[in-house]
Amino acid sequence: MKVSGFTYIPLSIVLLVVGALGSLFIGRYPINSGDLFQLITTGRHDDQNLGIILYNIRLPRMLAAIAVGGALAISGAAYQGMFRNPMVSPGILGVSSGAGFGAAMAILLSLPATGVQLMSFAGGLSAVFSAVAISRSIRQGHDPLLVLVLAGIIISSFFGAMLSILKYVADPEEKLPTIVYWLMGTLANVRMEDLGVVLPVVALGSIPLLLLSWRLNVLSFGEDEARSLGVHSGKLRIMVILCATLIDASIISISGIIGWVGLVIPHIARFTVGPNHKVLLPVSFLFGAIFMLLVDNLARTISSLEVPVGIITAIVGTPFFIYFLKRSSTRSWE
Amino acid sequence: MGIERTPFLELRQADLGYNHNVILRDVNLSVGSAEIVTLLGPNGAGKTTLFKTIMGFIPPVAGTIAVQGTDIRKIPPRELGKLVAYVPQLHKTPFPFKARDIVLFGRTVHLGLFSSPGKEDRKVADRCLDLLDVTHLAERPFTELSGGERQMVIIARALAQEAGFIILDEPTANLDYGNQVRVIRKIKELQQQSIGIMLSTHQPDHAFMLGSTVLVMKNGSVLKPGKPEEILTSGTLRTIYGVDVDVIDMPSNGKAGRKLCAPVV
Repeated sequence: MKVSGFTYIPLSIVLLVVGALGSLFIGRYPINSGDLFQLITTGRHDDQNLGIILYNIRLPRMLAAIAVGGALAISGAAYQGMFRNPMVSPGILGVSSGAGFGAAMAILLSLPATGVQLMSFAGGLSAVFSAVAISRSIRQGHDPLLVLVLAGIIISSFFGAMLSILKYVADPEEKLPTIVYWLMGTLANVRMEDLGVVLPVVALGSIPLLLLSWRLNVLSFGEDEARSLGVHSGKLRIMVILCATLIDASIISISGIIGWVGLVIPHIARFTVGPNHKVLLPVSFLFGAIFMLLVDNLARTISSLEVPVGIITAIVGTPFFIYFLKRSSTRSWE
Repeated sequence: MGIERTPFLELRQADLGYNHNVILRDVNLSVGSAEIVTLLGPNGAGKTTLFKTIMGFIPPVAGTIAVQGTDIRKIPPRELGKLVAYVPQLHKTPFPFKARDIVLFGRTVHLGLFSSPGKEDRKVADRCLDLLDVTHLAERPFTELSGGERQMVIIARALAQEAGFIILDEPTANLDYGNQVRVIRKIKELQQQSIGIMLSTHQPDHAFMLGSTVLVMKNGSVLKPGKPEEILTSGTLRTIYGVDVDVIDMPSNGKAGRKLCAPVV
């Protein structure tokens, strides 16, 4: 049976809701459905711990997994379309290196959690803006996409080097492990207040991306052809970069650097629903959210010591991706 | 009487190319709205440069280019796309979009920044696929189509823009003999619907088949346009391509018909 790509949207929403509810039950502290029902409907339960665990630990964590997975996947899908390149991930313009440097700086300065998030957000933004500024200053006579990618690589390695300096001078007993652990990426430290700030920013970046998705399709023919079809590629690029950077910088500021999702989930989504960004972008978001939920549930239950989720994404994701690659009948790239 | 109609496309004293490398000098040209113009010229004569400049991809080095009397530098891409559609030489997209989606891309010039094509746009796209006899390709991934099929789909996309003028950059390049003839036939049909056409080709015969205005480009300049029978003589073809070509009358029912080019080998 041939299924239209759009049917995957309600299908994935159902799967996501089931997964999200399910993950509220998963964890070291046992909660059964009766307890949960009572707690949600009456707002009370004999067991004092239950409310704390649900509202302060499992709910924010579940929401964080959805936001982080969805955000990284949708921005990755938009970037792959914009750069017309399957090797592109959200970090291509330096947002993760910049964010990593910002966070490490804040940790060195012993700032509180909010300070680390703000510095990381600012670091991510400044890295991408520097990359865009560099590419614009040397655009004349070059392929603008190529210059942009090169500028991104240069900026990434610059911030990478700056980060190394910070690690080198960091106190190896206390600061260095904190930096290293932050860089691995985890959802364990996400609080409800953080989500209150980050979720609106993710929405602010995602909605324009969804609205621009038709134009992203047209851009896949290249600069000139897109122009002949009425799409101003330069302006469109800036809008996509702005949205994706807002999404990624805010997400990284609460989760640290989680790789793999933004690179591979868009591919899996493309195998499944085809290249039309009108379907591909929402489905990437949903697939990313589902995947992250699954992986985070694994991360917090696999052993008594929590494994950073950024490690699990790659370990679980690799066979997952190979399976999809083998199964896909049409090539999704020319 | 005596009313000067603004030509659809007009180039005045235009130098085309790049600042450090001007490819065509002092081009003066005016094209009517339902005309077919065939561009002939050796490789590197500047055919693609001329098209790219008209489409606004590269600015003219000097002079002006106007569409319906307005300087193209003052026409935003979306507005220009409603007037002139472009069929480029190479159609590359990394993604396996369906042929119907590709045709729908032509509707983008009629859409707002944040909107996508609706039901009416899909009807237009289906009609354009039908006009080019490629309705059967609608659901096929573009990346899996043959060269001839791709060309038809891209021409359908240009039609979907509903522009009055279509520029085709070597639409028959890399096509087999049958597909070349099919593309030329379609171009003739389009002209009957009063769509203006400008195309480049390496086959002087195409100009005879289309009965079009011929524009010859040679050594960085554009020669005076004219009817193929007047312009495409053995002498001119020799100057353009540097080989001997006999131009003969094709006998049809006893009387002289279309002309044919027969290269001397």
